[in-house]
Amino acid sequence: MWSFVHKLVSPRTFYAIGGRLQPALWVAALTLLGTGSVWALLFAPADYQQGDSFRILYVHVPAAILAQSCFLLMAVAGLVFLVWKIKLADMVAAVTAPFGATMTFVALFSGSVWGVPTWGTWWVWDARLTSMLIQLFLYVGVIALRGAFASRDSGARAASVLTLVGVVNIPIIKYSVEWWNTLHQPATFTLTERPAMPAEMWLPLAVMLLGFYAFFAALLVMRTRNEILRRESAKRWVRELAGEG
Amino acid sequence: MTFRLEGRGLACERDDRWLFRGLDLSVGPGEIVRVEGPNGSGKTTLLKILAGQLAPQAGELAWGERPLRRVRTEYLANLLYLGHAPGVKTALTALENLAWYQALHGERGDTASRLTALAALGLRGFEDVPAAQLSAGQQRRIALSRLELTPRPLWILDEPFTAIDREGVAALEARLWAHAAAGGGVILTTHHALPGHGTLRRVSLGEAA
Amino acid sequence: MRLVEPRGGLVVALVATVRRELTLSLRRRGEIINPLVFFALVITLFPLGISPDPERLAAIAPGLLWVAALLATQLSLDALFRGDHDDGSLEQLLLAPQPLPALVLAKVAVHWLLTGAPLALMAPLLGLFLSLPAGSYGVLAISLALGSASLSLIGAIGAALTVGLARGGVLLSLLVLPLYIPVLIFGAGAVQVAILGGDVAPWLALLGALLALALMLAPWAIAAALRISLNG
Repeated sequence: MWSFVHKLVSPRTFYAIGGRLQPALWVAALTLLGTGSVWALLFAPADYQQGDSFRILYVHVPAAILAQSCFLLMAVAGLVFLVWKIKLADMVAAVTAPFGATMTFVALFSGSVWGVPTWGTWWVWDARLTSMLIQLFLYVGVIALRGAFASRDSGARAASVLTLVGVVNIPIIKYSVEWWNTLHQPATFTLTERPAMPAEMWLPLAVMLLGFYAFFAALLVMRTRNEILRRESAKRWVRELAGEG
Repeated sequence: MTFRLEGRGLACERDDRWLFRGLDLSVGPGEIVRVEGPNGSGKTTLLKILAGQLAPQAGELAWGERPLRRVRTEYLANLLYLGHAPGVKTALTALENLAWYQALHGERGDTASRLTALAALGLRGFEDVPAAQLSAGQQRRIALSRLELTPRPLWILDEPFTAIDREGVAALEARLWAHAAAGGGVILTTHHALPGHGTLRRVSLGEAA
Repeated sequence: MRLVEPRGGLVVALVATVRRELTLSLRRRGEIINPLVFFALVITLFPLGISPDPERLAAIAPGLLWVAALLATQLSLDALFRGDHDDGSLEQLLLAPQPLPALVLAKVAVHWLLTGAPLALMAPLLGLFLSLPAGSYGVLAISLALGSASLSLIGAIGAALTVGLARGGVLLSLLVLPLYIPVLIFGAGAVQVAILGGDVAPWLALLGALLALALMLAPWAIAAALRISLNG
């Protein structure tokens, strides 16, 4: 049983399976994102209060959700790496971090662009945006810590511990920021918490969200395979693959 | 009751490079094992693995037939490890340094025994001086006086002769053999020849790569 | 040679560690005084940079005091494990037949006693400089005393993660400051509520809850981080 699991999570097996999975993931990602974008931009009705500017939500919300999912994935991968010393888990964590940071940045940027027509300013200390900003710092910290170690193994383990500490803290940070926000400025508009959205609005959102996930999965597989080649470049199977064997 | 530390098939990988693989090693009463190898061959790493600080990538460590990670506390109570750095706080006196080390093992100890241990290492008169005012060799001697202070069956010593003068080297060599003769075990790295009356076992790293 | 039975003695080890840390700090008093001077200095900068107007200062005093105290704590953290790491005693600490989380907790407790607690005692004095409204001085000290204990615990995780790095200071701030935010929010919030005449009990309770959580989880994270750092 255990040897089977170990075989499954061996970089070589992942490389082979991932290679077969990859085209399907890319097709799914492009189809979903294409459909979702056209639907969201051309066919979904405009918001009765905010007009067309609300459509930025179709990027903002999936990016924000992805940003959180990526941190969670990093934490799970970090735990698996620390406990079972499965290298593949660390490779996944390593390639997820920059993607998660990018998604956090996209969510922040789209949120602040949306702020211009809505609040008339590029930045307000909205609870969501503030939490996102803090999360961006957490991502940067994890990436920086991993890079600071001379030994990759130590960097990986340190980054895993920090990710786990971060994942315990994220809900506390979110909660405290919301508390702080209601104390200082009663919530007016927020981009995401809106009264029941009609189906013609949230269906394209769901499609976009699935598209983002599929895109992430495709990218994750691709980049993890690259990482495998990079780290295992001395192994015989990689050399054979490169035609040197 | 006797003791034995046994490693089977130990391997250590650092960033995809094997420092050593399939290493078997065992030390018991009366044995001195010297780990040999060129710089960067993983001697210090091996000692850290044996001291239970670092987990080996492969292989098993056993302390008296039981897996080391199960009996970690029992193992550590029987181990005296001296690393590369002496572990001496320079702002504290020799006596204070020793007292803390005793306390870490749950012993209160007494000043008289600490004074005796320090005297055995030639530190008489320096007991109450902050270690910062002592030379590197004297600081190393403070660390080495822990060998006298508390009887521990197994010693793991990483380059114990560093910064020690010639008489000190001879005394320490004699001390190591005396420990082995009394039924203790030693694992160490050193470039010294260790002439003595017992058998010196060798473990070589850095050849089978 | 006979085998040694582990004799336990955790209390002996803890007492000795606390005494050792206290002795070390008292022999290098600068390390205790520097964060306090830093705290006072930063508070002096704000009226110069903003305005000496008592009303404007009073409005932002709780936040300023809290942020400055937080940075002062942060500043002292890099040294928490660095000395032990450099002279090898950290390695010995990890090899003691005692639970490592308990031993590091003793070290962190001394850190709090010698930085967090003095900062909390000094804060009301600096509050005077910023025209902090009457009636909030006690809450300021209590919130800082409670909060800085959490800060020491969380910060020690970062210190343990970066102790093996040659220049970990700035990185340490990058890792730790985002994690300080909840403590800052509840701490400064408590003082603000006290000024507005509200009920501070829920705020202090939240600070206490954060401290309880940090006490439960941080020692394990610190211990794990130290084991990683020592083999970097």
